[in-house]
Amino acid sequence: MEYIIIIISAVFVNNILLSQFLGICPFLGVSNKVSTAVGMSGAVCFVMALSTLVTYLLQYYVLNPLNIGFMQTIVFILVIAALVQMVEIILKKISPSLYQALGIYLPLITTNCAVLGVAILVVTKEFAFGGGEPGLLNLAESVVYAVASALGFGLAMTLMAGIREQLELAKVPEAFRGVPIALIIAGIMAMAFMGFSGIV
Amino acid sequence: MSKFGLITKGIVKENPTFSLVLGMCPTIATTTSAINGLGMGLATTFVLVLSNMLIAAVAPVIPAKIKIPSYIVIIASLVTVLQFVMQAYVPDLYATLGIFIPLIVVNCIILGRAEAFACKHSVIDSAMDGIGIGLGFSLSLTVIGFVRELLGGLAVFGNRIAEGDGMLAFVLAPGGFLVLGYLMVLFRKVTKQ
Repeated sequence: MEYIIIIISAVFVNNILLSQFLGICPFLGVSNKVSTAVGMSGAVCFVMALSTLVTYLLQYYVLNPLNIGFMQTIVFILVIAALVQMVEIILKKISPSLYQALGIYLPLITTNCAVLGVAILVVTKEFAFGGGEPGLLNLAESVVYAVASALGFGLAMTLMAGIREQLELAKVPEAFRGVPIALIIAGIMAMAFMGFSGIV
Repeated sequence: MSKFGLITKGIVKENPTFSLVLGMCPTIATTTSAINGLGMGLATTFVLVLSNMLIAAVAPVIPAKIKIPSYIVIIASLVTVLQFVMQAYVPDLYATLGIFIPLIVVNCIILGRAEAFACKHSVIDSAMDGIGIGLGFSLSLTVIGFVRELLGGLAVFGNRIAEGDGMLAFVLAPGGFLVLGYLMVLFRKVTKQ
């Protein structure tokens, strides 16, 4: 039950893109087509789950015991950069078709602030799900939260891409073309997502 | 280009927010008020100027293969320094900006300037470039924060200017996207880009 609450909360109520503003760059950059949006979301989901798992273990079993919590930022970004490289190499070897599909998006993920953001959030922020006492997440909850956040990212990306595909056919005023109209659409989407607040 | 030109180009011609469209996450997330926007802008400027200078200094000796990882380590170290400085001197602002301070590491403006400018210019020029782009970023964030604070809370730099409730949505998530979108349109109209 608790996991379901975490998932609903991360996908709808506190959507990582539309209410926490993490990962806006790919949201604006690669949301022109539904197929690329889905590919990007898949890659983010994969890396986010893996990096959260690794950074969580590092934080609790290396950084905290050694009392070097201040190294968090440096360690986490290095872990993410290394993981992205590793995932790229492994995928190339064991699943060339998946590599073909995700390949071009993988390098972009290192600088996707949603990945670093979720890794930092799960070890620093106290969550209160379902009206319980606020507290830090445990390992399983953290990974579930990361996957759910990535799903929320995918949902917002795909919706946006669908809208922008239709927008190609519309007559958008000159000054609004490109990023501004995408931002305004995102604003309206964020308003719609605000309707979910208070569910959990 | 003159030293002065290096500073001023970041404000309009290469404005990181409205013209280059970089660093959108902190732009939208931290501009709930003009002061927060300014704080985030200055924090980013601090890292940007120092990282530009350091990278300009070490760029000639870094092998091309490990260029990006080395830049990221330099930037991450500077962000850690910034976290300590802010915790010591402006703990309130540090708490308000929260996760977006460590996330300066992945702000594309900083890595972008390192790659596009600092690695092929002198230390002094890179510092000027950092100041210029940083000022442009701070200015944009302050303007966005100003508009959101005014519409959402009827306040200017934290001082209430009218009784009653503002349009709360402008301080919340949707307002960030909408204000940035419309300001970008305005910027394009004014500068005729």
